[in-house]
Amino acid sequence: MRRRWANAAAIFAPAKDIAAVADGADKTPLSFQDMILTLHAYWAARGCAILQPYDMRVGAGTFHPSTTLRSLGPEPWNVAYVQPSRRPTDGRYGENPNRLQHYYQYQVILKPSPADLQEQYLGSLAAIGIDPLLHDIRFVEDDWESPTLGAWGLGWEVWCDGMEVTQFTYFQQMGGFDCKPVAGELTYGLERLAMYIQNVDNVYDLRFSDAVGDVAAVSYGDVFLENEKQFSKWNFEVADTDTLFAGFKAAEEECKRAIAANVPLAAYDQAIEASHLFNLLQARGVISVQERANYMARVRDLAKGSCKAWIDSQSERWTAKYPGWTL
Amino acid sequence: MTDFLLELRSEEIPARMQAGARAELEKLFRAQLSAAGLEAGDLTIWSTPRRLALIAKGLPEATAAVSEELKGPRSSAPPQALEGFLRKTGLTQDQLEDRDGVYFAVIDKPGRATTEVLSEAIPAIVRGFAWPKSMRWGKESASSESLRWVRPLSGIVAIFGEELVPCEVSGISAGFATRGHRFHCPGEITIGSAADYAEKLRACHVIVDHEERQSIVRDGAAKAAADAGLTLVEDEGLVIENAGLTEWPVPLLGRFDEAFLEVPPEVIQLTARVNQKYFVVNGADGKLANGFVCTANIDAKDGGAEIVAGNRKVLAARLSDARFFWEQDQKKTLAQHAEKLANITFHEKLGTVADKVERVAKLAEWLASEGIVPNCDPALARQAAELAKADLVTEMVGEFPELQGLMGGYYARAEGLPDAVADAIRDHYKPVGQGDDVPTAPVTVAISLADKLDSFGGFFAIDERPTGSKDPFALRRSVIGIASIVLANGLRFSLRDAMKWSVGRVVARRIGAQHAQHAFAIESALVAAGLASSGQPSEDYKETHLLPKLDALAIEALDRAAAVSSEMMNFVADRLKVQQREAGVRHDLIDAVFALGGEDDLVRLLARVKALQAFMATEDGTNLLAGYKRAANILKQAGEVSGTAAATPPTAADAALLAALNTAEPAASAAVTEERFTDAMAALASLRAPIDAFFEGVMVNDPDEAIRAYRLGLLARFTGAVHGVADFSKIEG
Repeated sequence: MRRRWANAAAIFAPAKDIAAVADGADKTPLSFQDMILTLHAYWAARGCAILQPYDMRVGAGTFHPSTTLRSLGPEPWNVAYVQPSRRPTDGRYGENPNRLQHYYQYQVILKPSPADLQEQYLGSLAAIGIDPLLHDIRFVEDDWESPTLGAWGLGWEVWCDGMEVTQFTYFQQMGGFDCKPVAGELTYGLERLAMYIQNVDNVYDLRFSDAVGDVAAVSYGDVFLENEKQFSKWNFEVADTDTLFAGFKAAEEECKRAIAANVPLAAYDQAIEASHLFNLLQARGVISVQERANYMARVRDLAKGSCKAWIDSQSERWTAKYPGWTL
Repeated sequence: MTDFLLELRSEEIPARMQAGARAELEKLFRAQLSAAGLEAGDLTIWSTPRRLALIAKGLPEATAAVSEELKGPRSSAPPQALEGFLRKTGLTQDQLEDRDGVYFAVIDKPGRATTEVLSEAIPAIVRGFAWPKSMRWGKESASSESLRWVRPLSGIVAIFGEELVPCEVSGISAGFATRGHRFHCPGEITIGSAADYAEKLRACHVIVDHEERQSIVRDGAAKAAADAGLTLVEDEGLVIENAGLTEWPVPLLGRFDEAFLEVPPEVIQLTARVNQKYFVVNGADGKLANGFVCTANIDAKDGGAEIVAGNRKVLAARLSDARFFWEQDQKKTLAQHAEKLANITFHEKLGTVADKVERVAKLAEWLASEGIVPNCDPALARQAAELAKADLVTEMVGEFPELQGLMGGYYARAEGLPDAVADAIRDHYKPVGQGDDVPTAPVTVAISLADKLDSFGGFFAIDERPTGSKDPFALRRSVIGIASIVLANGLRFSLRDAMKWSVGRVVARRIGAQHAQHAFAIESALVAAGLASSGQPSEDYKETHLLPKLDALAIEALDRAAAVSSEMMNFVADRLKVQQREAGVRHDLIDAVFALGGEDDLVRLLARVKALQAFMATEDGTNLLAGYKRAANILKQAGEVSGTAAATPPTAADAALLAALNTAEPAASAAVTEERFTDAMAALASLRAPIDAFFEGVMVNDPDEAIRAYRLGLLARFTGAVHGVADFSKIEG
């Protein structure tokens, strides 16, 4: 078993030259899980707390409260985690080589954004085996906005030989509030990156793990193909829309109750729930164009309300710890 | 004289903002220097994705010393005035000069070292820089006052001669060190002066001159294509964008699977350009070939093989999507796609796109059946109109909105619809701007005209009109399009009638919506009235046709439609003047013809304007205008004419003018009726000599009231005859 990541803290120490790391790396491409473990080791070596996925259905790593809520306020916050992300409308019944209704994002949040964030990021690409003198890596303007979170930032999509592999954003606002200080957010599309590194054209052909002794290698398809078939069917055809509508309403009510009770973390869970139920309703095709904007505004209100409640619950502590900090 | 170098290094600046940033840097630098009394002179400004650079040649070492003289109070003034003056100047009384009883202060300002000026100018430039979008970053962003820049600012180089210009902005101090290419030369490099800047960067794989990088992209892409026996499809926008995305551009040719060529070439080109910033290439036959040129930012170790392979894969995935859309869209007919238009709002006050389609179809059918668009089969016009917007709901146009029309044309042909219909669907948005092709095929002309008239009338009817720089529904462009189509095809019709047709339906629908039971009746009555008369609906019509059947609502609708179409005519006149200015047509002459009122046949109107313009260029024309103005003045001053006019011409000059009018009036009027406008002008020209002779030989304001009244009557006839051709009072000169 290749334990490349075991020593990673030493191997990927920040002082190392990017190209040297890439040159020294094993030329056999990393499996999907080795890529994740390598990124964990890389960011752990740079002071990030390695968190686990949030235990709720979300559309992107940004929804994890460790990004949404923790990007607010003056306290430093450096974390990395994998977040399973669900986008019901992207399901293709396992028949499209590039599209999934469930996939993984690798999310890094560094607050305040360090001066060498780009260099740190490029180091992580080298660590997973991308040589920047062999591959064309580019920062192409792409401003990020999440209408449902009331959030926006400036940054780039990072291209590797013309393929977008990461969203790189300096958060300016979250939940309608200024980020002070600004957090840097890196969102790696893990499947895309792995397909690139492993040079496969079909996501289900990815090596998820390597063979070890008698234990055979596992492919991405072994793990997820059946999930894609069943969940695509459920998302598009089966899910009971009355239950979904009722669930949306219930989550909305509960979120407001939790905000009133000054438990913003619990309120935010309900905002996430409402957002996902809205996505499922969209997949079921029961929300018209006119209604869509209305639902999005309702989700945004919940997210903003949760952010505000979070700020209200913390600001006394924040200002005590960081005199002079203001919203 | 010394050269100055400034480099502002940043994380990747969006390509589209770099040209604006160069202009902004120049503007701010010149302003800062000029405020300090320095002339910036010759500036070189460069940009890359990671830096903005400025070189100012031949700056002086210091600003010139100046002596400033201030006049103070009189020495006899109260002491408070003197005290105030001393406070203002910072001098004492013995330092003032007393000149003839008035105090003067002479203040010598020594020159300042240019370095000092620059030290203050650089932070001011950085802080005052206007970016289209800017951001905060890093730990400083805990404060609201932190510096804003397009992306994090990472370094400043400021060297005057060979000396550092010390300065600091938001924790970033100026120095001699910069960085080379991100991957080829990641370390620091030290710049000595403005003279070695560009070459030191070049040695570190950075071509700082954006124009040089543009040439490399332009020529390199063409060469990469030519080496493979292909021809680059030129695209200057892509040249600039790729040069703005790279510090060391390396164009590389790649190929994609030939099977994708079954997708329309416009789709392939757009996919490659918009999503991937690739150039496309043509084969020897002049048709799109299965190649692309991407621009890398490195000299890759393997010569770019991996880069091309990666880009090919990305493009293949994109083209697979495009082919999927292409195939998916064709599983339905356009008519089936069009059913979905009922779910799309065109404008909340103008109904759905399906509503618009039906209005356009009716109007197009009418344009065809009335023969306004000659040789146009009304049934084909209706068919094309009904399908023209169907591609808006296809997957392909959803992905690439700029392909609207074009895709509809492809899909129409693929399902075997007549060419006239497919062409009309494809081209009905034309002309999109000045210089774009103007449709000439009959069905296309009918649809294009109907579509634009409907938008024009509809938005005017709901009071959504262009104001100042705001024209969200592109109505100015629509109206210029209408005029271009009408004039290019010589379409003869009353524009007012057509406008009332389009306004009428919208107005009726809106009023009818509040009174549903009458909606249909209002609309029918209105359309009938709109088409029955070209001016205001007559009182008779209202009485006999409407009142017995309907209530005041219909009249309100009719009046409103008539009012809106008058406003529309004024708008058309304004646009026509703008459009015709380029063709050298005088705007005052257009006014002179529009001012006659009632002229809403653009072809006839312009023919008359052109004849008038030719006439005004002749000596007869200018003299006649002078005579007209004199006559108009006299008539204006005369006011009410009293007394009875003489029965016969008092003198020979009067008789000559009378005779000339008797000949010219019917000649001009017949010529106008028969649209022989040059002849109409000639008829007017025949009045020139008699009117000149008249003014020379007689006094209009004769003491004899009868004679005066007679002559004023002659002059009124004269101006009336001229007005039969054009309102000369609108003509300048």
